[in-house]
Amino acid sequence: MSQAVPVNQNMWSGGKSPFKVEYGKLMMWYFLMSDAFTFGAFLIAYGTIRFSSNGWPDPNHVFRSFPVIGEMHIPLAFVSLMTFILIMSSVTMVLAVGAGHEKNRKEVLKWLGWTILGGAAFLGCQAWEWTHLYHEGAWWGRNPFPNLDGSMSSTNFTNFFFTITGFHGFHVLSGVVINIIMFIMTWKGVFDQRGHYLMIEKAGLYWHFVDLVWVFVFTCFYLF
Amino acid sequence: MENVHATAAAHDHAHDEQHTFDKKAIWRTFRVLLYITLFELALAIGYYEMTFSNPELVKHILNGVFVILTLAKAFFIIAEFMHLRHEIRNLIMTISIPALLFLWFITAFLWDGNSYKNLRNDYDRHHLESSKEKVEVKEPAEKPETQEPGKIH
Repeated sequence: MSQAVPVNQNMWSGGKSPFKVEYGKLMMWYFLMSDAFTFGAFLIAYGTIRFSSNGWPDPNHVFRSFPVIGEMHIPLAFVSLMTFILIMSSVTMVLAVGAGHEKNRKEVLKWLGWTILGGAAFLGCQAWEWTHLYHEGAWWGRNPFPNLDGSMSSTNFTNFFFTITGFHGFHVLSGVVINIIMFIMTWKGVFDQRGHYLMIEKAGLYWHFVDLVWVFVFTCFYLF
Repeated sequence: MENVHATAAAHDHAHDEQHTFDKKAIWRTFRVLLYITLFELALAIGYYEMTFSNPELVKHILNGVFVILTLAKAFFIIAEFMHLRHEIRNLIMTISIPALLFLWFITAFLWDGNSYKNLRNDYDRHHLESSKEKVEVKEPAEKPETQEPGKIH
């Protein structure tokens, strides 16, 4: 593949790859763009409602519990653990992609395995958090947490929280399923037959996007 | 190896990127993300533990800091983990220019929400008064949970 296009030659006149990426990877980028706007719409709706409210619950109060330790009142400790798990699994995914470049099947399997474990651990944490909040009385249409200033809160907080973290969790679940499929395909030697591991890159892009969305969900719900 | 021709381009492509893949950069990105997140948490917990004479102003400044740090994290994930920084300019532009729409979305919608709040507080005094009423602090959580020993919590 040629590196540079001569000055008087149009890049788009054919015979060249204007993006220099494989078709499927480009389409993955476009899909992720559209998905970003879906998540953006959710989070902006949340922001609009929050800006239009006189009061809002305090995340430090709502998200202070940690499993086993229970009511240790460590604000945000558990969600930091979830964030750490997700960032870590993003790293193992990059390492899987890197091993794919080297066509090292064993390494790809190893790092993909860790990524799947990380995704499953994140989902487990989220399941615990949801269960805990449910037992505290929070659910769609129910909000036991008063506003920060002590006034009565509406159910907007819980509705948005469960919808958006649920939508994100669903993405994580899809990502784990995709990674499991990639794991099986690698294990069966499909990519060795093809001669390249570009499929791992596409799965990797999706996985990093899930991590990216979490960064914003984390800021919007737990920090603000 | 019958399909050598079909995969030649893909081979070539995979080979091209091999040079830009750098494990050290990955771990550096990981550390940056980790430190930023820990710093954000320290700020959030610090704000929670301390008392300020003007808590609202502090909270606004803090939120501004969170926005900047979040965007920094997003940049590192997209640029390094998703490898966009190492793609060619055409691809970078086709992703980042549409993403600029978010600037307008966020500004317009948050502005709208804020304006709605102010208008409603001005013209619906009952809403303003009732949103200031304190509720008695009840902790519905503790009791049902302790009544169910062995349950996950």
